[in-house]
Amino acid sequence: MPDKIKFGFLLTGGCAGCEMALVDMADKLVDALEHLEVAFWAPTVADVKYKDLEDMEDNALDLAFVDGMIRLSEHEHMARVLRAKSKVLVAFGACASLGGIPGMANVHGKKELFEQAYKNTFSTDNPDDVYPQGKYVLDGKYELTLPEFQDKVRCLQDIVDVDYYVGGCPPHHDFVAQAVRMIVAGDLPPKGSWLTSGKAVCDVCDRNPANEGLDRELGVGAKRTVDGKPEESGCILQHGYLCFGPVTQGDCGASCPKVNMPCRGCGGPIPGIRDYGGRLVSALGSVMGDDGVEQMLDKYPDLTKLVYRYSLPAGLMNKQDRK
Amino acid sequence: MSYTPNIVGFACQWCTYAGADLAGNLRAQYPSTVKLIRVPCSGRVEPEYVIEALSRGADGVFIGGCHFGDCHYKEGNYKTDRRMRLLSKLLSDMGIEPKRFRWDWISGAEGRRFAEVMEEFTEQLKALGPNPLRGE
Repeated sequence: MPDKIKFGFLLTGGCAGCEMALVDMADKLVDALEHLEVAFWAPTVADVKYKDLEDMEDNALDLAFVDGMIRLSEHEHMARVLRAKSKVLVAFGACASLGGIPGMANVHGKKELFEQAYKNTFSTDNPDDVYPQGKYVLDGKYELTLPEFQDKVRCLQDIVDVDYYVGGCPPHHDFVAQAVRMIVAGDLPPKGSWLTSGKAVCDVCDRNPANEGLDRELGVGAKRTVDGKPEESGCILQHGYLCFGPVTQGDCGASCPKVNMPCRGCGGPIPGIRDYGGRLVSALGSVMGDDGVEQMLDKYPDLTKLVYRYSLPAGLMNKQDRK
Repeated sequence: MSYTPNIVGFACQWCTYAGADLAGNLRAQYPSTVKLIRVPCSGRVEPEYVIEALSRGADGVFIGGCHFGDCHYKEGNYKTDRRMRLLSKLLSDMGIEPKRFRWDWISGAEGRRFAEVMEEFTEQLKALGPNPLRGE
């Protein structure tokens, strides 16, 4: 990487939390900014327009991050442009890397989603069935357009070649600082890799019974956090609350278990996992007893959205949509 | 509409695979629709393999293991059952009819039963029709 890295950041279908994670580096960001020249950061931070990016030479940017999934034609278009204009492209955060929270929409069809959003929600009053249109001609002469809403949520790698993946929703700012340091120093794994320690959340969690030399016992039942609170110490899974630590990357330092919330998998799958939800049910099937699985099937009406909360578009079942 | 279902089958080497072998010895006929993959234990089968097979167009996926209590590795088949019950619930949300996936406990002595189960599964899949993801 050159001394002053020309940097771009694009928000596609996301909440911009990952951009906040970069900003949350606070004083460390000031150090990082010595090496970064922000040439593009849209639509959130810099007053550089889409057209300015399109006008840049290919590979003009040394490094670019994308946060957000791909669902609108605008997302797809700008992601492709950014790929052409960047030497290194990073899928930053769970949405870009795995599809993220909006990825759960893939359980529903486009028609169902539109009907729910524009008609069926209890506070919506839409007697004339007005839905967004891709094109509208105003006053007989002004053609107004909206980006096209595509059939499925996709992740960045379904559109363009991705050089590095960073998990987290958002990535923990300590980890972001570390990742930025690695990038600035040029200390990077092979292209196509995740930037990660590779350790599971359990490995870095201080509630792990192995820290006391104890074995983890089978979890008893499957309790929901809406019904109760896990004890403050000891393994959350062992207390009978579903925690996805065993199959999730722990670059967050087990932030959620630290505050007595079970892990929900935003860090992405640990290396070697092809389908997050598939491997998760495999792990849970091993560590839970029969009563645990019974209760899981019983208490969670939307099991798919629980296990694939961040990772549905990246799963094997969505594979056929790949470029 | 008639088509030949394509079934991916995982059979544990101690029980179901031996049962399939016995079906051969007994000349117990069963359709050539199933492609068997021998595994050391049904517990070796990751739910990911099932999802992968179905996402790539397999019309049906079958897992055969030992009866409860008979697993060579003690608890493997219990784990299979727990995992696959969870997986089954996910499949319809992913656009796959749950009937395309089944797992059963077939011992090495149950050659005829293996043939019957394959016959039955094939008929069910013929009625369901081909996997919509086939031929992608």
